[in-house]
Amino acid sequence: MMTNEELKNALTELLPNAVFEEGGEWVNLFVEAADWKASAQKLRSWESGPFNFMFCLTCVDWKTHFTMVYHLRSTTTLDNIVVKVKLDRSNPEIATVSDIWRTAELLEREVYDLFGVQFLEHPDLRRLLLTDDWVGYPLRKDYEDPINMIKL
Amino acid sequence: MVEEIGKTVEGDLVINVGPQHPATHGVLHLVITLNGETIKKVEPHLGYIHRSIEKMCESLSYRQFIYTTSRMDYLSAHINNHACALCVEKGLQIEVPERAQVIRVLMDELTRIASHELWWGAMAMDLGAFTPFFHAFRERETINDIMEETCGARLTMNYMVPGGVMADLHPNFQSRVKNFLQLYKRKIHEYDELVTGNIIFQNRMKGVGYLSPEDVISYGVTGPAGRGSGVSCDVRKLYPYEIYSKLQFDEVLETAGDSFARYMVRLREMQQSIRIVEQLIDNIPDGEYQAKTKAVLKLPKGEFYQRVETARGELGVYIVSEGGTTPYRIKFRSPGFSNLSALDHMTRGEKLGDLVASMGTLDLVIPDIDR
Amino acid sequence: MFSLESITTLVQDWLNKTFPPNLALFFEFVIIGVLAIALFAGLGLVLVIMERKVAAWIQIRLGPNRVGPKGMFQSLADTVKLIMKEGLTPDGADKFLFNLAPYIVMMVAMLVLAPIGFAKGFHIWDINIGVLYVSAISSVSVIGILMAGWASNNKYSLLGAMRSGAQMVSYELSVGLSVLSIIVLTGSLGLNDIVLSQQDGWWIFKGHIPAIISFVIFIIAVTAETNRAPFDLAEAESELTAGFHTEYSGMKFALFFLAEYINIFIVCAIGATLFLGGWMPFHIGHWEAFNHVMDYIPSFLWFFGKTFFLIFLIMWFRWTFPRLRVDQLLNLEWKYLLPISMFNLILMTLVSIKGWHF
Repeated sequence: MMTNEELKNALTELLPNAVFEEGGEWVNLFVEAADWKASAQKLRSWESGPFNFMFCLTCVDWKTHFTMVYHLRSTTTLDNIVVKVKLDRSNPEIATVSDIWRTAELLEREVYDLFGVQFLEHPDLRRLLLTDDWVGYPLRKDYEDPINMIKL
Repeated sequence: MVEEIGKTVEGDLVINVGPQHPATHGVLHLVITLNGETIKKVEPHLGYIHRSIEKMCESLSYRQFIYTTSRMDYLSAHINNHACALCVEKGLQIEVPERAQVIRVLMDELTRIASHELWWGAMAMDLGAFTPFFHAFRERETINDIMEETCGARLTMNYMVPGGVMADLHPNFQSRVKNFLQLYKRKIHEYDELVTGNIIFQNRMKGVGYLSPEDVISYGVTGPAGRGSGVSCDVRKLYPYEIYSKLQFDEVLETAGDSFARYMVRLREMQQSIRIVEQLIDNIPDGEYQAKTKAVLKLPKGEFYQRVETARGELGVYIVSEGGTTPYRIKFRSPGFSNLSALDHMTRGEKLGDLVASMGTLDLVIPDIDR
Repeated sequence: MFSLESITTLVQDWLNKTFPPNLALFFEFVIIGVLAIALFAGLGLVLVIMERKVAAWIQIRLGPNRVGPKGMFQSLADTVKLIMKEGLTPDGADKFLFNLAPYIVMMVAMLVLAPIGFAKGFHIWDINIGVLYVSAISSVSVIGILMAGWASNNKYSLLGAMRSGAQMVSYELSVGLSVLSIIVLTGSLGLNDIVLSQQDGWWIFKGHIPAIISFVIFIIAVTAETNRAPFDLAEAESELTAGFHTEYSGMKFALFFLAEYINIFIVCAIGATLFLGGWMPFHIGHWEAFNHVMDYIPSFLWFFGKTFFLIFLIMWFRWTFPRLRVDQLLNLEWKYLLPISMFNLILMTLVSIKGWHF
C-alpha cells in the first residue's frame, strides 16, 4: 500500500493529463471525458498495481455540470483512487467502461436511469429501476415529481 | 448445430421468474431464456421495490438519513446503520467511546450470524429441503430476542447513531448472548448433518455456478460470494474499522468458486463471528455509550466514503457534502447489486435448477439491490 | 378371531338370499363403489393431516392445532374451503383437456385400488394378474399430468409436465423390475397368492440380499413415481412455482392433491404386499406358537400398519432431503438403479432356481 503522495507521483507518470484534487481520504484525479476510456484501460492494466476492482460508480449533479465518480481499488496493492470526469449537463455523454470492469454494466444502467447520462457503446443501455416510459431523471437536482413527493 | 448462448432467438422459451416467485425471496424479476432446461440468458429486471432512498436522503439530516438505511438490507440493518454512522463520524472527526465501539461490533457480528442463519434456511428451502428453515429460525429467533430487548426492534434496529449507539445495553444482554452461544454450539452439528453432508445437496452444489477469481474481481462480487472464489475481500481485514484490527478472527477463504464453496464460506463465517462475540462479550468496557455531539450535525464541505462488511459483502456509503445540514448527494454501494450482476455469467449453460442454487448462494436481498 | 372375511361372506349370503342374482351383483357393485369412495375421502383426510403432523414433528413445530382436538379436523376444514373455491380455467387453456386432466389422474388412482387385499379375504377384485394390472394402470396417470401441463398453456406447467413425463416413464422400469424379482420367487402375479406365499415369513426376510436390494430400489422408484420429494421436480416449488398444477384451483387442484396421496397409499400398499407380507401377520418359519399369537392381531391392522409405516418413510424423505436436479434424476435411474435392478433380477432368479431362499 502506497501513501497518497507516492501514489500521486506514480499516477502522474501514468496519466500525464490528469488533474489532481487536494483533500479527501484518497487520491482524487480528474480526467477529461474524451480521455476517459484510454485512461481507464491504462489504470486497469497498470503494472505496479492494476486498478482491477471498481467498487463504486456514481454521478453527482452539480447543477452546472455532472461529475462521474469512479472508485477504483487494486486487489494486489489495496490502493484506492477516485477518478472523476466532468460532463456537460445538457448533453451528458461518456464512453462506457463495462468492457473493462464488467460490474459497470449494471451500474452504468442505473446512472443512465437516474441521471440520464448516455454511455456510448454500452451493450444494453435501458432503464434499470424505473419503468421504460418514465419521464425525467429523478436524481437530477431540478427533478420535480408532484405525485410521488420525495422532498420533505 | 452449436447454439449461441446469451442470445434470445425465435422459438426460445422465455420464462419470467418473479416478481412473485418462491425462489426470488422478494420482488426480483428475472427474465430467463431457456433452451429446454438449459439456461441461455438471465436478465434481471429491477425496481419493484425501488424507493429512491438516495434521493430521500438528500432532504434528510445527518441524524435522520440513517434510519432509511435499515430498510435497505433489512437482514443486516445494524451494519448498514453502522456504515452511515461511521461515515458521518469520519466527516465530523468524532471520537467514538470504546464501549460504543465494542457494542457496535458485537451487534454487527450477531446480525451477521442471524443473517447467515436465515440465508442457510432459505437456501436449503430453494433446493427443496423445507426442514432446515425451521431449524435455522430456532437460533435466529434468540438473536432477534436479544436485539428486541436492547434496541427495541427485531429487524430495523436503528440502534447506531453518529457518535455511538442510541441507548445503553439492556442488563440482560450479556447473559442472553451467552445463552445463545451455548445453544448455538449445541445445535451447530445439526447443520452439517441435515444439509452439508447430504449427498443430494452436495451434488446440487458442487461445480454449479462457477465464478473464477478474475470474474469475481471484474464483476465486483464481494462478501462470502467473492471469498468462495479465493478472492480476499473482507473489509474487516483489508481496511479495518472500529476495533476489528484488535480482534482475533480469520478471513474465511475457499478456492473452489462454486456454490458449495460459497456455502462453506458462510457456514464457517458464522463460526468466526461466534469467535468475535466470545472475545468481546466478557470484555465490554465501562464508560459512555455515546460521544457528546451537537444537536444539529453539519458535515464540512467534501466527500466521504466509508465501507463496511455486511453479511452480503462490501457496503459503501459515499457522502458528498456542501457543508449544510443535509447531504448533497448520497450513494450506497450495495453488495447485492454487484453480486447480482454476476448471476447471468454464473448460470449460462446450466440447468434451471442450478439457477436456484446459484441465486441462493449469492444471498440476494432485493431492497438492498433496488434501494 | 376377528376377521373381515366373515362380514363380507355374511353380506353376500344375505344379498343372494333376498334378491335375484343380477340385482344382488348390482347391489354389491354399489356397496363396493360407496366403500371405495368413502375410503378415498377418508384416506385423503388422514394422509393430509398425517403429512402435516409428521412435517411439524420433523420441523420442531406443532403443526395444525386449532380445528378439532389437536387439529385433527384441519384437513376437513381445508376440504370445505377447497370445495367452496372457484375453479378457474385460464383463458388461453385448452378447456376440455384442462378440466379432464384431474379426473384422469383421479380415476387411475381409483382403479389401482381394485386388486389390493386390505385384509384376509377382503379385496375388491382378486385378479390373477394383479401386479401386471397395477403397473399397467398406474402408468396411465402420466397422461393426466402431461395433459394438465399442456392444456394449462403456462410455461411452468409445461416444463413441469415434461419433467414429470420423463421421470415417471423412466422410474416405471425400476419399479417393474424390482416387483418382478418378487414375482420370480412366488411364481404368481396375483396379489393374494403373493400374500399367501409369505405365510412362513415375509419376502424381505426370506429373499436374502436380493430382496432387500429390490425393496430399497422399489421405495426409491415409487417415491419418484409419485412425484414426491426428493423427486418432486414436476412441482419443484422453488423452480417452477407449482409445476404442472400451477393453474389449477379449487376442487380441481384438490383432485390432484388427493390423487397424489392416494397414489402414495397405493404404492405403499403394493410395497407392503410384496415385501412385507400384506395382511399376513409376522410369522417365523415353523414357530407355530409364535405364529398363532401373531394371528390374534387382526389382519387389516397388519396391512394398514405396514402401509402406514412405508408412508411414514416416504414422508420422512420429503421433509429431510433436498430436491435432485433433472439430469441427476435421470442419471440416477438410467445409470444406477436400472443396471442394479437388472443384475438383481438375475441374482434373484438364481436364488429362486437354486432354492436358496427360505
